[in-house]
Amino acid sequence: MTVTTAVPNVAEAVEATVASHLHPAASFDLADHPVPNGREEVWRFTPLRRLRGLFDGAPSDARLGWHANAVDGVTRREVTTAEAIALGVPAPVDRTSALAVANAGGAVLFEVAAGRELTEPLVIELHGDDADKLVYGQVVFKVGANAQATIVLRHTGSARYLSSVSLLVEEGAHLNFVGLQDWADDAVQVGHVGLKIGRDARVRTVTASLGGDLVRLTETTEYDGPGGELEQFGLYFVNAGQHIEHRLFVDHNEPHTRSRVDYRGALQGKGAHSVWIGDVLIRKVAEGINTYESNKNLVLTDGCRADSVPNLEIETGEIEGAGHSSTTGRFDDEQLFYLRSRGIPEDEARRLVVHGFFADIIRRIGVPEVEQRLLVAVEKELEIIVGLSSGSRTDPLEVQ
Amino acid sequence: MSELRISDLHVDVLTETGPKEILKGVNLTVGSGEAHAIMGPNGSGKSTLAYSIAGHPKYKITSGSVTLDGVELTHLKVDERARAGLFLAMQYPIEVPGVSVANFLRTAKTALSGEAPKVRTWVKEVNAALERIGLDGTFAARSLNEGFSGGEKKRNEIAQLELLNPKFAILDETDSGLDIDALRIVSEGVNRYMEQGDRGLLLITHYTRILNYIKPDFVHVFVDGHIVAEGGPELADRLEVDGYDRFVKAAKVDA
Repeated sequence: MTVTTAVPNVAEAVEATVASHLHPAASFDLADHPVPNGREEVWRFTPLRRLRGLFDGAPSDARLGWHANAVDGVTRREVTTAEAIALGVPAPVDRTSALAVANAGGAVLFEVAAGRELTEPLVIELHGDDADKLVYGQVVFKVGANAQATIVLRHTGSARYLSSVSLLVEEGAHLNFVGLQDWADDAVQVGHVGLKIGRDARVRTVTASLGGDLVRLTETTEYDGPGGELEQFGLYFVNAGQHIEHRLFVDHNEPHTRSRVDYRGALQGKGAHSVWIGDVLIRKVAEGINTYESNKNLVLTDGCRADSVPNLEIETGEIEGAGHSSTTGRFDDEQLFYLRSRGIPEDEARRLVVHGFFADIIRRIGVPEVEQRLLVAVEKELEIIVGLSSGSRTDPLEVQ
Repeated sequence: MSELRISDLHVDVLTETGPKEILKGVNLTVGSGEAHAIMGPNGSGKSTLAYSIAGHPKYKITSGSVTLDGVELTHLKVDERARAGLFLAMQYPIEVPGVSVANFLRTAKTALSGEAPKVRTWVKEVNAALERIGLDGTFAARSLNEGFSGGEKKRNEIAQLELLNPKFAILDETDSGLDIDALRIVSEGVNRYMEQGDRGLLLITHYTRILNYIKPDFVHVFVDGHIVAEGGPELADRLEVDGYDRFVKAAKVDA
């Protein structure tokens, strides 16, 4: 299935529309986020029982293990919840992210000084050691005006983790952010990554979700001035029994802003479930913006489910462009035929196609060490695919 | 001396409304050192012939045989046919994002020869082949066919022909969509391949234009799923003057 939306000029048509879920009531107040029952638009794809009580809001002062490298031009300090909010972090959009902020007991704040160009990536490793341990965490990154930074945030191990990550990118700054969900099989993470992009700032994010029993990330973007640019890339592998959900919301609330989203996933094994939601709101003030969202899913075996829902709400027709596409399918027979017609065996051809599908995203990360690690992860997943495909060769054409 | 022999080949294409017979008994033998041109109007089944020999899953061989030096190709998988010595230059080469031309070529060469090529000489060989065909050095690092123009895709097919050097090559309308300079460069590549003397060529084309550059030893006129006339290069000259009409009408009378 392929859905492509051209640029409709629907400014008037939409103004009388009913309230849509693309106008989330963001709020720090828990009372504004009642406990979901699972039928809500923003929760209907998530298997709530596998959240293992994360809605309850039970207090916990457990922490993930931390390691961050020291980088010139970056300061780290603890701030209170109130101080974090005062910094202007994007407000929580659902109960889980509101709980993360309310119960984390303050945030860890990393600041990149204005005008600084970091000479090496800031790499933060978060590690959980117990799948039953309930952990709330809030991390705030503030990239000062005209600064340039690459930040890697990597999660490993296991926990029941409610997270809030804020990326405040000030005027003219460039941020390259890599978020890795490299959890053990029994981890549960429900998180909010909130981006605020200042005037003429440029942000590229790469989100890679590989492990975990259930990972649900809501990635929201708002602009804090005209001219901001966002590129978001994502990749995910979903194996048997895993639920991996990425919910993106780009709020074009300023004119002449841009957004490009490209998420790709591969699913294999019984009960593998991926969800990708790509919501884009183009507000009436957002003239001259340009947005395109794409999600591609490669379904490698029977018994998988890939939900992919792009939504575009347009309140002004005075824009440069807006579109989205979503494709979910098995291997492209034509690609396999082409490679095999050059003598490449079927297993190897499949390996090349999947490798290429992800390498296309990985090569944009720009942190060699992370690129290498992800390519190794792709290779690891591919071993499983190659193993499967050797038992499912297609029969050659027979002469009757 | 090698031989590609097509005997009484019948092929169905699988459509949504069921199988439809496209090839209705094709007989053709290509010996090594020979260039054969297959010419015919649109929809005559020329491309079906190419793709069914290569083993495309959309086509079903219902009877007949294709052998390469006595090996029955129709019993082999797509990649096994290539390893037996067959190559198909496609009319619409497929884009494979994220797989570089260099990686693809190395993987194919390794599969065909059973061992990885020597890194040092191979890289030089690849760059030289790309350059000869008018693709600059950056193409080796680009995703296979992705974002290539129509002409660049065709050049890339012929670069592969030279690098992989199969016993028999089928060129499916390689000339279509090429401007005059590209046509000349691509033809020179095919001629270099044939000048080895022991390679066979099946050149499928709609137009006689490419035959100004690649001289066929035999010309076969293809209408309605089979060969209706055969001759030497002079047959192509007659087609240039008379067109396919005469053969199409004759085929209708026969039917």
